[in-house]
Amino acid sequence: MNQAFLDYYNLQPLLAAIHSWLCGIMPEGLAIFLECVVVGVIILVLYAVLAIILIYMERKVCAAFQCRIGPNRVGGKGGLLQVPADVIKILIKEVFKLKNADQFLYGLAPFLVILASILTFSCLPWHNGGEILSMNIGILFVLAASSIGILGILLAGWSSNSKYTLIGAVRSGAMLISYEISIGITVLTMVMLSGTMDIHEIVMSQANGWNIFKGHIVAIVAFIIYLIAGNAEANRGPFDLAEAEQELTAGYHTEYSGMHFGFFYLAEYLNLFITSGIATTLFLGGWMPLHIAGLDGFNAVMDYIPGIVWFLGKTFFVVFLLMWLRWTYPRLRIDQVLTLEWKYIMPLSLLVMLVMAVCKVYGLVF
Amino acid sequence: MKRDDVMKTIQGAEVCPGNAGVIKVPLSDFRHVAEGLRNDPQSPMDFLRDIVGMDWGEEGLGAIYFMESTVTGDTIAIRTATTDRQQPLLPTVSDLWKTALIKEREVYDFFGILFTGHPDMRRLFLREDWIGWPLRKDYDMKSNPLRLDNEINADITKEYRLQRDGTLQGIDHRVFGEDDFVVSMGPQHPSTHGALRMRIALDGEVVKKVDPVLGYIHRGIEKMNESLTYPQTLGMTDRLDYLSAHQSRHALCTCIEQAAGIEISERAQYIRTIMDELQRIDSHLLFYSCLVLDMGAMTPFFYGFREREMILDIFEETTGGRLIQHYNVIGGVQDDIHPTFCQKVKDFIKHLRKVIKDYHDIFTGNVIADTRMKGVGILTKEDAISMGCTGGTGRATGWANDVRKRHPYALYDKVDFKQITYNECDTFARYMVRMDEIMESCRIIEQLIDNIPAGEFRVKTKPIIKLPEGIWTSAVEASRGEFGVVIESHGDKTPYRMHFRSTGLPLVQAMDTLCRGWKFADLIAIGASVDFVIPDIDR
Repeated sequence: MNQAFLDYYNLQPLLAAIHSWLCGIMPEGLAIFLECVVVGVIILVLYAVLAIILIYMERKVCAAFQCRIGPNRVGGKGGLLQVPADVIKILIKEVFKLKNADQFLYGLAPFLVILASILTFSCLPWHNGGEILSMNIGILFVLAASSIGILGILLAGWSSNSKYTLIGAVRSGAMLISYEISIGITVLTMVMLSGTMDIHEIVMSQANGWNIFKGHIVAIVAFIIYLIAGNAEANRGPFDLAEAEQELTAGYHTEYSGMHFGFFYLAEYLNLFITSGIATTLFLGGWMPLHIAGLDGFNAVMDYIPGIVWFLGKTFFVVFLLMWLRWTYPRLRIDQVLTLEWKYIMPLSLLVMLVMAVCKVYGLVF
Repeated sequence: MKRDDVMKTIQGAEVCPGNAGVIKVPLSDFRHVAEGLRNDPQSPMDFLRDIVGMDWGEEGLGAIYFMESTVTGDTIAIRTATTDRQQPLLPTVSDLWKTALIKEREVYDFFGILFTGHPDMRRLFLREDWIGWPLRKDYDMKSNPLRLDNEINADITKEYRLQRDGTLQGIDHRVFGEDDFVVSMGPQHPSTHGALRMRIALDGEVVKKVDPVLGYIHRGIEKMNESLTYPQTLGMTDRLDYLSAHQSRHALCTCIEQAAGIEISERAQYIRTIMDELQRIDSHLLFYSCLVLDMGAMTPFFYGFREREMILDIFEETTGGRLIQHYNVIGGVQDDIHPTFCQKVKDFIKHLRKVIKDYHDIFTGNVIADTRMKGVGILTKEDAISMGCTGGTGRATGWANDVRKRHPYALYDKVDFKQITYNECDTFARYMVRMDEIMESCRIIEQLIDNIPAGEFRVKTKPIIKLPEGIWTSAVEASRGEFGVVIESHGDKTPYRMHFRSTGLPLVQAMDTLCRGWKFADLIAIGASVDFVIPDIDR
């Protein structure tokens, strides 16, 4: 198959050129340091901008489901400036201290959550040659980094010294730890199919067909399992029982205000994006364009669409799927959540992994 | 024991004037009569409709007990009083009817009558450190200045027992154990549907005990009414259960009209019945919205509100009010219906029949909703009757308690409708009762809307209405149960005492029975499914 399209928008040569130019005018250490700073700023800006886009999208999508218009006043037609205005408002709000809270842990918790979120966020394959944190155990790193978030949630619930937050945190802990198993197994299944743990390599291996097509039925089942478990990992409905507004007012972050609350809120939306991004990477070919065998003209046109557009397009499609779920279903109860995971989803994901192994060994995948 | 037996065998038994037919029973015989009535083999008075505390001045402090047999439908009301104002004692009936557990607390709260043998003699609505008994006629209005300190809820409650030598013995009971993990839910909580507070003992996620703490929006409406003229008292009823505003006011109007002998026109009857049913649909749509929201489904929440808005628009055109309409008046209704009223109601019902399918599509068959509602929060029929849980909550246990069928009023004996009952006793049954009742209400309206007779909508009444002496009562089927009015008149232009049977009080009491052993999340769903409205409990 002709894979020349891989080089159309490859950022690697450009980045290498910039690096060598910087090394020419300053010591290499300083150059690397400067690059790190620039990349860090890019990550944070991208993180914030995506959060705004996601919140706006959520409000518009749920409005559409609920026969409403959604934000429509601030910023002209469509209320485009509503979310930036909300961001400014939350930035200038007071972060208050609780009298009987464990001050250190109470202050630390939101940062742990946001740290986990940003670390995983940095691993996403944005574009050909545009991955930020790239290593040969990339997907394993994603799983490890995302686990830090649970710690933040547990600490937030515990340190706030409130019964509601404690219940929320315990629920959340039980749920996240359970569903991480399914996610791990599903990821392993797809790693098996791709034959590598490097995120870049996983995407590259899908140049001749997305994993969801290559792995056919097995991959589709794995995809559905991943979506369910990922939804639970992102603490979103119908798995939002950790913050279940109607039961626990706001769950583990009830006692937070201002930007500390904002961190939880940001992380929640970005985790939705990350979950979708990983789903895109593992199942939908990352930034790879859509190719249909035999339609060369169509494929050539698809190749001209830059990788980042593909990646964001697919990710937002998965985000939409998850929003659809959230705005349709009522909330599960904690015992049902755990029953679903331990009695149905985890055994099923083990089975899927086994079948995938068999398929791979006997060459039953494309 | 039946009504005749009481009259014959009890010395000093006499019937008070008024349509309630209240029988006076001496204190010494009261307990014996109550047991006899409750345990009658043919027609056991198993449904204690209400306990109304009274201060009869000279005659002393006492209470009226309204009872009904769910087997034969016989009703009886007895009253008893004690002349001791320093330490008034009545024997409890909480071992015969569970509803007395909470209603005797209400009487104690307002009149200071101690019920001997009642296991939990705490105040119900007022602060635990309140001074005096506000519904007594000799209550000093200045005895309780505004207090800004926190109310601490005691964990110990007292039971009083009368010893043989006439002295009182107090026994301590614990409300919550020392090691219980007690979560205070409310009064500011998204799912308590108003300013209700519940103290909940949890074992992990499992509910061990629910103790409702009431009174956060208690306005003393019954006390206020004692100094208002009859037309003025109407203004308060809309503010009880704001989702049954029409029906509550209907009940009070009926009661005053019956007592004063005012006949209202056929047209007014039609309008009142249609409005009652529209109000019921309105309330049940809100019930649907709140239930789904409490279970975490946001989208169907808006469905209910979308259609409810149309009813409110119809109300607004005719009555000028949306939530509380102030439409019924003594002698009829405030104003004639709007010219487009009939057409709009017909259009609305047509629309509702079409969209109700969406309601069921998105929620009723949903696997999560099913597993969270079916078999959860069981209230048996015996408990429902004993606690007096009327309305949809009672009908979901198979108890046919619809006042519209039991004691038809307005036009309910002329229209054809089905009384919805389910036998599953669970959250799902309570939900389905309401959903089916929406359709039945539509049927009732359809039968009436085209036949509203011409005539006056309001008969002329005297500017000052005086009710004849006696105890007057009436009841309607409000959106969430039997709403009753009891008026004791001494022939003045203001009532001597006016009492409202709260539809929600028994439902809040039932929360403990319903939720024990279920998860915290179930408590929210159960609370939504029994459908209480707080201003009606905290009158």
